Amino acid sequence: MSIRQISVFLENKPGKLYELTGLLAREGIDMRALSIAEATDFGIARIITGDAQKCALALREGQFIAQFSDVLAFAVPDEPGGLHNLLSEFNAARVNIEYMYAFLGGEPGRAYMIFRVTDTARAEAALTSRGLRSLTLEEIERG
Amino acid sequence: MENYYQPEIECASREQIQRWQSERLVKQVRRVYENVPYYRQKMAEKGVTPDDIQSVADLKKLPFLSKADLRDAYPYGLLGKPLQDCVRIHSTSGTTGKRVVAFYTQHDIDLWEDCCARALTAAGATDEDVVQVSYGYGLFTGGAGLDGGSHKVGCLTVPMSSGNTDRQIMFIRDLNATVLCCTPSYAAYLGERMRELGLGPDDIPLKAGIFGAEAWSEEMRQDIQKTLGIKAYDIYGLTELSGPGVSFECSAQAGMHINEDHFIPEIIDPDTGEVLPAGEQGELVITAVDKEAFPMIRYRTKDICSLTYEPCACGRTHVRMTKPRGRSDDMLIIRGVNVFPSQIETVLLNHGYAANYQILVDRVNNTDTFEVLVEMTPEMFTDSVGEIQQLQKTLSLGLNSMLGIRPKVTLVAPKTIARSEGKAVRVIDKRRI
Repeated sequence: MSIRQISVFLENKPGKLYELTGLLAREGIDMRALSIAEATDFGIARIITGDAQKCALALREGQFIAQFSDVLAFAVPDEPGGLHNLLSEFNAARVNIEYMYAFLGGEPGRAYMIFRVTDTARAEAALTSRGLRSLTLEEIERG
Repeated sequence: MENYYQPEIECASREQIQRWQSERLVKQVRRVYENVPYYRQKMAEKGVTPDDIQSVADLKKLPFLSKADLRDAYPYGLLGKPLQDCVRIHSTSGTTGKRVVAFYTQHDIDLWEDCCARALTAAGATDEDVVQVSYGYGLFTGGAGLDGGSHKVGCLTVPMSSGNTDRQIMFIRDLNATVLCCTPSYAAYLGERMRELGLGPDDIPLKAGIFGAEAWSEEMRQDIQKTLGIKAYDIYGLTELSGPGVSFECSAQAGMHINEDHFIPEIIDPDTGEVLPAGEQGELVITAVDKEAFPMIRYRTKDICSLTYEPCACGRTHVRMTKPRGRSDDMLIIRGVNVFPSQIETVLLNHGYAANYQILVDRVNNTDTFEVLVEMTPEMFTDSVGEIQQLQKTLSLGLNSMLGIRPKVTLVAPKTIARSEGKAVRVIDKRRI
């Protein structure tokens, strides 16, 4: 099952990310994962959180531009070749990855990967047919 | 049914209009020659005396008056009446150099308010309407002019002035305001604020708006008409020529009728000063034939437009001028190319952006830098860096094909470009030349 990620538009200027983290702190939003993509004059912060609705609402009220997008999450063993083995399945299923990022869970020896793919529904079906099920938010939360 | 405030004037025959113009011009030139040494000297330099001016056909014999003259004669040098006959002044914002301070007798105010009353009536206002005047009051002419015109029509006038946008919206709704007068950029901001408050065009009783004091594009008109659910009318004027009401739009929205019983227009080649035939584009020159305190004869407005004497669907006979692209004062010359902020607005609206932008010009290593800041909107935002960069590029190319020069487009966060309550600050030019 895909999970919801929140993408936030950020100007590439000192203090802008600080504004964002300040807002999330005030609203008591716990980020599970965060990644930032940067272009010359702007960036996109990508956030995974247990309370996406609340986060999106707080961002809108704080005059940020934000958007939901669907991403796939997988756990990989934290060892050499862990990611490579996972990607070999992606490769076999002909899934195109637009971007990805990693974060560590609470459980030692395990890392999580977030993937944004070209066609989420098709990718999910193709991977499931190879016996690879993407994680739910609850599963990630449990760590 | 088109309504007129002074139908016998607004729909007079062309012959009648010319008779008025000739009579008044002859008198005005003589009066100014006798009472204003500055003008007398200018006329002497050109070898003209009041006897040479017998009709409107002799207008071209007279010298031009420019903003530089106003600066030289500041503050009292152009007074056409003794100070004890003057009852008021208004002044420009002075953003493009020295402020212009204009003087008014009671007669001047009366004629000016008539012109504004004509504009309001053309926009459909009657004594049953509630007119909210959200132009600034004070030295700026916008508030006072439309306020006076609204009184003359007999409308219930709400002298809001600018600022406090939420209260503006509350008054419009609570008092059932039907006509709004303000700058077009402020009208757009009101619409934006309404959207944020979850209000649509059907939630406000407005039916018409009169928007002037800055250049705005046809695209911006469409945008404002849609968000506020109104018909948006342009009005034109300059402080030097009393203020708004030199010309105004009628229901045909096909050019602005110049109040020719008070203002004689000419179009000249801005480089040679040669008078151009009707229909050609050039600089608008206006002669005010019955202003007393601050007479303006052949005043160069620096506005680029053209005139048409074709009959108008509304029945008015007064000549129409096209929407000026912007004062030549607003025009930027960047790497030798003329750029009007209103052109940038057109491209932004055509590409689905809001008309909130700012132009930054600087000079680095003797080369002009040209950057346009545009606010990101929820509609344009996507999760993909590549797609956003593509949008930036498309916009930059769109601007390039309009302007002939390619700016750097920078997307900024919403609300980071200051909203104006009066004239919008569109240009930040840091070049020191």
